[in-house]
Amino acid sequence: MGIIVNHVNYIYNEGTALESVAVRDVSFAVNEGEFIGVIGHTGCGKSTLMQLINGILKPSSGGIYYNGQDVYDDDFDLKTLRSKVGLVFQYPEHQLFEVDVFSDVCFGPNNLGLPKSEVQLRAYDALKAVKLPEDCFYSSPFDLSGGEKRRVAIAGVLAMKPEILILDEPTAGLDPAGRLEILELIKELQKKSGISIILVSHSMEDVAEYADRIIVIDKGSIVFDDTPENVFTKYDELDALGLSVPSPTRVLYKLRDKGIPAKVKAITTDEAVEEIMRLYADKYGRLN
Amino acid sequence: MNLIEAKNVVFEYFRRNKDGEVDGINRAVDDVSLDISQGDFIAILGHNGSGKSTLAKHMNAILYPSEGTVVVDGMDTTDEDKLWDIRQTTGMVFQNPDNQMIGTVVEEDVGFGPENIGVPSKEIWERVAESLKCVGMYEFRKKSPSRLSGGQKQRVSIAGVLAMHPKCIILDEPTAMLDPVGRKEVIRAIRALNDVEKITIILITHYMEEAVYADKVFVMDKGKVVMQGNPREIFSRSKELQELRLTVPNATLIADELRSRGVNIPEGIISEEELVEALSTIL
Repeated sequence: MGIIVNHVNYIYNEGTALESVAVRDVSFAVNEGEFIGVIGHTGCGKSTLMQLINGILKPSSGGIYYNGQDVYDDDFDLKTLRSKVGLVFQYPEHQLFEVDVFSDVCFGPNNLGLPKSEVQLRAYDALKAVKLPEDCFYSSPFDLSGGEKRRVAIAGVLAMKPEILILDEPTAGLDPAGRLEILELIKELQKKSGISIILVSHSMEDVAEYADRIIVIDKGSIVFDDTPENVFTKYDELDALGLSVPSPTRVLYKLRDKGIPAKVKAITTDEAVEEIMRLYADKYGRLN
Repeated sequence: MNLIEAKNVVFEYFRRNKDGEVDGINRAVDDVSLDISQGDFIAILGHNGSGKSTLAKHMNAILYPSEGTVVVDGMDTTDEDKLWDIRQTTGMVFQNPDNQMIGTVVEEDVGFGPENIGVPSKEIWERVAESLKCVGMYEFRKKSPSRLSGGQKQRVSIAGVLAMHPKCIILDEPTAMLDPVGRKEVIRAIRALNDVEKITIILITHYMEEAVYADKVFVMDKGKVVMQGNPREIFSRSKELQELRLTVPNATLIADELRSRGVNIPEGIISEEELVEALSTIL
């Protein structure tokens, strides 16, 4: 199971004066149940890469394999790929259009040609999974709050029963509590249903806290593909790419620059606090 | 002198059902009074739907109060004769840079506003050049906006407002769609406008780190201003902020946790620099 991306290139406007390479010789595999964070600054090619993975764009060269099968083989139906790799775009709530929430979530599975009872069951399960209160199911999606709308949009993709869920900046524009709710929800989906998650984000803090693996993209190529701990030890390299390490990590780096023997492995607030407490104990003895 | 004075402002709108009948009234802004002085850097925080954007739209007469008054630089916003003067006094920058670009070339985009109000063309060019220099985008003046990054586009949007020679700029989540580099560029540009040009800034944001630079922070909930003070005062009340679906800067979070565990670290830390400074004297 899973997706393998093998030496994929993607060139926009190939053969014209406006030719530009968006993805350059990228190879990686998405394994079952993984939580991958993808980071890179605007225009680095990460959105193009995501669209290649679910077959919206076709690679200029290289192959994409789903369960071992080349998705561009004549006998492979790309619709299968699109239903198995769910893509939640940035500001997905802009794509809500039905008269009520429930119908909106039914739209996707309906298009798969499933029986009506199955469609409704999937919609119900998906809305439950994103924790939308039941009394909202028949309201207009436009009467919901920003965070609720976004959860409905995610439910619409979940109702397709994807094996891999790609989310492009799912927390953009939400307040801090809303950001946390969405991220916790995604983590829970991954844990409970074993779905693989690809989280595309500008927020190093979010990626550090939730992902098991981080892929860093720059100018269309993968520069790092490793655990968060290992990626965020590359302080200077990330800085040169115009990316940063998470704020707690940065604090420890700055302490180390001041000659304090801080280990800079911490990537979350809690870990940074633990490391500072360790340093404190080394100097003054342990506090109770 | 106060540039903006809001007195008991209420804003209500009708909620309609499917058939277009009124089935309720929503109060988006509920009895807000505040004064903003010339040259202030104001941050407005609040969760999604707390009424902060609705309130901000009263400050340049996009919306009018249902009750109460808003006075901008001595002009009542309901005075129709003053509408264009008010909009020129307080300019607004929105979240999505792509929705605000109209020109095909950067300098054309920035010149659109002044041209619209009949500024002589020689002066338009002067204003365009000066505005683009202010936000560090002068070297991009001949480029197409579609070729710019998000942070660069937002800085061009700000230059477009700047070319109108406003006294105040309202920015409604200007960094929500940007990457960390873009966010830094925009915040740096905003701070420079406030420091150097003495332009009043009203910044609406969900990023607590951005509110740290403000002179004064207003926190909104259910259409009311529920907290106000300088950033240090506001971020010392982390529990209340959490109840309002907000948070405190990461540095404050670390300092608070260390203090609760017995480390003698001073109160009122709101930036990474302050945290590192305090810790380096302790450790």
